[in-house]
Formats: sequence, C-alpha cells, structure tokens
Amino acid sequence: MKRAAIFTLCLAALALVLYPIVWLISASLTPVEDLVANLRSLFPGRVTTDGYAGALEGVGGESFWTFLANSTIVASGAVIGNVVSCSLAAYAFARLRFRLSGPLFAFALVTIMLPAHVTLIPQYVVFQRLEMIDTFVPLILPKLLATDAFFVFLMVQFMRGIPYELDEAAKIDGCGPIRNYRYVVLPLSRPAMVTTAIFTFIWTWNDFFSQLIYLSSTENYTIPMGLRLFIDQTSSSSYGPMFAMSVLSLVPIGLFFLAFQRFLVAGVATTGLKG
Amino acid sequence: MALAQRRSQGVAYLFLGPWLLGAIGLTVAPMVVSLYLSFTDYDLFNEPRWVGVDNYAKLFGDDPRYLHSVGVTLRYVAWSVPLKLVLALAVALLLNSLRGKGQAFFRSAFYAPSLLGASVGLALAWRAIFDTWVDTPDHALVTIVLLSAWQFGAPMVIFLAGLQQIPRDLFDAAAVDGAGWWRRLWSITLPMLSPVLFFNLVLETIHAFQAFTQAFVVSGGRGGPADSTLFYTLYLYERGFTEFRMGYASAMAWVLLVAIALITAVLFRTSRYWVFYGDER
Repeated sequence: MKRAAIFTLCLAALALVLYPIVWLISASLTPVEDLVANLRSLFPGRVTTDGYAGALEGVGGESFWTFLANSTIVASGAVIGNVVSCSLAAYAFARLRFRLSGPLFAFALVTIMLPAHVTLIPQYVVFQRLEMIDTFVPLILPKLLATDAFFVFLMVQFMRGIPYELDEAAKIDGCGPIRNYRYVVLPLSRPAMVTTAIFTFIWTWNDFFSQLIYLSSTENYTIPMGLRLFIDQTSSSSYGPMFAMSVLSLVPIGLFFLAFQRFLVAGVATTGLKG
Repeated sequence: MALAQRRSQGVAYLFLGPWLLGAIGLTVAPMVVSLYLSFTDYDLFNEPRWVGVDNYAKLFGDDPRYLHSVGVTLRYVAWSVPLKLVLALAVALLLNSLRGKGQAFFRSAFYAPSLLGASVGLALAWRAIFDTWVDTPDHALVTIVLLSAWQFGAPMVIFLAGLQQIPRDLFDAAAVDGAGWWRRLWSITLPMLSPVLFFNLVLETIHAFQAFTQAFVVSGGRGGPADSTLFYTLYLYERGFTEFRMGYASAMAWVLLVAIALITAVLFRTSRYWVFYGDER
C-alpha cells in the first residue's frame, strides 16, 4: 500500500517534469494557428509535419544539414580531443611518479572551478591574431590540450583503482610506460573513457557560449547557433520550424541518453558531474 | 638507477605534454593577460592603453547597469540554488524509499532534464510555455529560476548515492528508540548527508553565478524586459563582444572570479559548523 502511494507520487512528479519535453514535441507537430490559440495544451488539434519540412529547409539561408554537419564536426573533434589528451594526462597523474606530480594535480583540480570568463578574452585575442575566428579551431583545440580538467580528474580516479601489480607484470614482460598505457591501462579504463566521451559529446552539442563567441558566418553555424537565429524573430509565424529544429537538436542527446543512461547516472553519482 | 629514474620523469612529462601546454597556454597565461587587460582600455584593434584602476572604479561607482546585473545574478543564485537542491533532496528521499526496479527507472527519467535543459532548443520551448511571464519585468527572472530548478536531476542522483551510503542500523536503532519520520530525517539523514549537501551547494552555487545560455535565450539575448534578466555573464558578453570593450570586460571577469572564490571560501568556513564527517566521532 505504502509502496503504491510512493509509486503514484513518483509518476505524478514525472508527468510534471516531462511536460516541457512532451509540449515541445507537440508544438513541433501543431500548425501555428492552432498552437497560438492553445499555447499550453498538448496536441490541441490537427497534426502537421510542415514544421519539420521548414526546419530541414533551414534558416538564414543555410539548410539544417549544414548546421548538423558543423555540430557533428565540433562535437566529434571535442570527443577525440578529450579522450586522448585527458587520458594521457590522467595516466601520468595516476600511474607515474614524477616531481611536481602533487602540485600539478592540485592545480588541475583548481582549474575545474575556474570561471571560463577569466581566460576568455585573451584566448579570443590570440585566436583573432591567428585569424582563426569563425573556424572550429578555437572550439576543438582547447579539448586537444585537456583544458576540461574535470575529465582528467574522472580518469585519474578510475585509473587509480586498477591494480598496480599489472604495471609490474607488464614491466617484467618488457613493456615501458607507453606500451603499458596503450595495452594495459587504457583498455581497462574503458568505462571512464565512455563516460568522458558521452559527456563531452552532450556538453559540446549543447554548448552555446563559446560557439556564439567564435562562430560568425551562417555557413559555420552549429545547431544551437542556427536556433539562435529564431530568437530574434519574435513573431510566432516561425514557431513551426523553430520547435521542429529544437526537437531535432535534442534527438542525439535523447538517443545517447537512452543508450548510455547507466554510464551517465553512474558517472554523476561517483564524481558529482555537473550534468 | 638514477638514469632510469630521470628517464621515467621524462616519460611522465611526455604524457603530461598536451595538458601542460593547455594549462600554461590556455589557462595561466590568459589569466595573467586578462588581469593586465583589466587595467587598460582595449578595443581589440588599437593597442591596450593603461588606465590604472579606472575600469574597476567605473564598475562600482559609475555603472548602474553593472550594479543592476550584480543584483539580478545574486537574486538568481539565491532563489535557484536552494530551490533546485530542495527539489533534488525531496525527490532523492522519495526514490530512496522506493526500492527495486522502479528506483532505477525514475532516477534515469528525472535525470534527463539535466542533460536537455542546458540546450537552446529547450530554452526556446520554455520561453513559449511561459510567454506571458517572459514579457513582464517582475516575472521574467522567475521563469529562468524555474528552468534551472527543473534540472534538479544531477544533484538528485548525487543525493541518492549519498543516501544509500547511510548505514541502515542507524535507522533501526532510532526506530527502536521510537523516533518518527521527521525525527530520523533531522537527526540521522540530514547530518549523515551533510557532506553531500555541502558538495552540491558549492557546485551549484559556482555554476549559478556563470549561468548564461538560458538567460540569453529567454530574454532574446538582451537581458530584457527592462534589464530584469541582465545576468552578470550577459552584461560581460555585451560589453566585451558586442561593444568590444575588452579591458572593461576583463575587469568584470576578474571581479566574478574573486566573488566566486570569496563565496566558496565563506561556504567552506561555515561548513565546519554544519557539515558532519563520520570520522569525527
């Protein structure tokens, strides 16, 4: 009886929490005039896919596929950069002895908490001097240099749990640190790599601030920047394509979430990821 | 031996290479440069001109919009962080009493908004759902607070993991002593959970100060209506990247850094009075 009450309460809370998501899907499938008349109701009348047709056509003279391709390039670059560079640094911190290892790791932890704004302007100036504004370089290069120290921390935590006897055994078999990293520690760190890859993908996919600052021409716009073009259009006539593109922008996140929810939730629970 | 040791030191720095390059080139050096720029007048095209503390003096003495943005941000932090944490804790308590398969399902489902809520797409939906509020200066900030609270899933997952660490025999002993639900919550659950609560509080506070995307989308990029959602970061963006007053924006960034560091330090200071670590007994 008590369990049933709790279950019902959970379901009620879930309905409330999921309402905005369901609303967005409903809005993307509703003709503008029906939507404006019943703004907050779900599936108020006719169903149309006109919004999706409009979304695929794009906005600001570029098709949706351009935005999708750009977002995919940026997110993939960020994933590769983070997985490679953070795992290299984490291996050094977790498995190798060297002078300054303590202070450097402490410094890495501090940078996790640093607001990006305090490094943003000089970084922008440098990229501007190098004529790299309006390219993907400023969005991907920092990931190749492991500036997301959070993931270094996550991987260090994981690699420290791998038995050190394995390093000894590998050493006896003639493996130096490089082959030990490649063939022993890296394969055993797969869960941490997967967690890093998924979170990097989702955060980069959603990221708006740095893309807003560094991308200026429509042909280089990512999906969030494409959606941004709708922000200025205050008239409701663009509601159809706007909400359809919003849904399309969330589909990859939804798929990743469904496929990897265990990794995601476990990652948050053990490390306190900001999510 | 000494040679082997030196070689292994060298290998370690080989692995650290990319990170070290980033730490110096993209963190330390830019921090120093932005501190320097904060004492200059710099528009990106002409050389920086040294102006001493003028930027800081102007921020606090001669820029009502800046002080207004500080007020908006403080109000946002003061409302959104407690609301989000209370929701997260309440749902975690609810799920903790729901054992078995249902718990894993609801945990994942409630976590989903934490991933979706940061996106422009969802913020656009939020703006339409609350369209009447978004246009009134008194309520626009409330919609952004609600959008933040809606993403309670991440701290909830951390709370739930913390709840599951509390030894059950503590509750059994309390039940034998006749303690009711509220009494057990107040005297066992909350003290045992206080390190996790502290962790979530620090993390969410630091993030709330830097909120940008939702305010940008909901307010149409301008912090309106009537500057009612002019977040700190939004104003920094406006000064730095639409007016190209880079020196002024650098000063704003440094004030933000110092403010966040101070507030974190204060939270750590107070933690000794209310955060309970099990091994102190």
